[in-house]
Amino acid sequence: MEISLLLEAVYQKYGYDFRQYSQAHIGRRVRNRMALSGINDISQIQSKVLEDKEFAYQLLQDLSITVTEMFRDPEFYKSLRKNVIPILKTYPFIKIWHAGCATGEEAYSMAILLQEEGLYDRTTIYATDFNQLALNRAKEGIFSNKVIKEYTLNYQLMEGKKSFSSYYTSSYDHVIMNQSLKKNIVWANHNLVTDSVFAEVNLILCRNVLIYFDHDLQNKVQKLFYNSLIGGGVLCLGSKESLHFSTLEEKYSVLDKNQRIFKKKY
Amino acid sequence: MKFEAIVIGLSSGGMSAMKMMFSILPKDFGIPIVIVQHINANSNGFWIKFLNDNSNLNIKEADEKEKIMPGNIYIAPPNYHLLIEKNKTFSLTIDERVNFARPSIDVLFETAAETYKEKLIGIVLTGANQDGTEGIKHIKEFGGLAIIQDPETAESSYMPASAMAAIKADYILPLAEIIALLIKIDQQKN
Ligand SMILES: C[S@@+](CC[C@H](N)C(=O)[O-])C[C@H]1O[C@@H](n2cnc3c(N)ncnc32)[C@H](O)[C@@H]1O
Repeated sequence: MEISLLLEAVYQKYGYDFRQYSQAHIGRRVRNRMALSGINDISQIQSKVLEDKEFAYQLLQDLSITVTEMFRDPEFYKSLRKNVIPILKTYPFIKIWHAGCATGEEAYSMAILLQEEGLYDRTTIYATDFNQLALNRAKEGIFSNKVIKEYTLNYQLMEGKKSFSSYYTSSYDHVIMNQSLKKNIVWANHNLVTDSVFAEVNLILCRNVLIYFDHDLQNKVQKLFYNSLIGGGVLCLGSKESLHFSTLEEKYSVLDKNQRIFKKKY
Repeated sequence: MKFEAIVIGLSSGGMSAMKMMFSILPKDFGIPIVIVQHINANSNGFWIKFLNDNSNLNIKEADEKEKIMPGNIYIAPPNYHLLIEKNKTFSLTIDERVNFARPSIDVLFETAAETYKEKLIGIVLTGANQDGTEGIKHIKEFGGLAIIQDPETAESSYMPASAMAAIKADYILPLAEIIALLIKIDQQKN
């Protein structure tokens, strides 16, 4: 019994398509779930997935990795400020798409940067993910005190202009992000594998999502991004992701090689 | 006996161990080596360049989807787990830390074991936590060769001692002898 059959069953029954994800990654996560649930072989987990909806959604959570941070890779945000903000300033209205936004930290980071640059009021941020639980948490904008320390350091490293604590209110063991940061963020459920283009945007950030996909799926999703960007629009990938091997590489110019920021040619 | 890959896990004390290893291994060393060294998440790739500049071998950071080729030494990038796919390419993930570590030795070892099975050599060197213990168990279960640095000779003994307690290692040796053994194995291959 193979994991590929399990993924086929998940797809047929629930419509979530993991068939072209990294096999080593999926294998690890499935085996972890089996160990936690005391399941010994793949055919057993397959029948459980088909019979038990709760369990199936648990497995979806296992396969969707929502690990994220605010201002993850401070150098990247510095480069955004230097290389991308000037481009955004030339537009009367700005649309930004965070694809695979997880629990929202990246979108809040963007909102902060845009506020500091005086651009937020004319911006709409579409923050999408296929993990509804993560989206629900993102919408709340509540983060634990433990991680705020780390985020504050990241914010300082990216040379934020204010005190990071001015962007949230503290309450006991957590903080709540300011309402003013949330007002132009649209949270939406979107699956990069099975859903199509939903907006034409000036800037796309898809960081640390494509690493989980195989080559063909990466290419397919890159096409989706290409078709969603206006001419001159900007694409930002994660620090270990690239456009190499993508058939679309030559249709972009490089804005920052190290920070993986690309501009769609006209 | 024909080994196709070597995986090595290091934590504290790992830098000097790697420097020693890479200065002794010959230029024509053939079996690809894949390394997880625990390192600060925000460190840039400069230390890898440093190791490469001071060695005859080709040492590089592992890229996602990169094909594993003989004659290379690959090092996991900071803040990503490094996994090996069935088609002998790398994947990177930012899953939760394992044993407080990302990259984690266990993650590399487990996926490497499943791909290379008995054609894999797993090595646990100096370190102050227990990452690598589950991984080396996995390597043994899949028929690979397990080598552990003699804890008494390691800069940090905890990690090799933890691995030693978990399996019956094929070799428990000081680092210099591990290197000599690898060279011998590599030459037998040709
Ligand atoms: C590791 S997080 C990255 C979060 C953030 N972009 C960052 O870099 O910090 C990956 C996210 O991609 C989402 N994801 C994975 N596959 C997806 C798909 N097919 N469609 C939409 N989102 C997906 C996961 O649910 C998860 O929230």
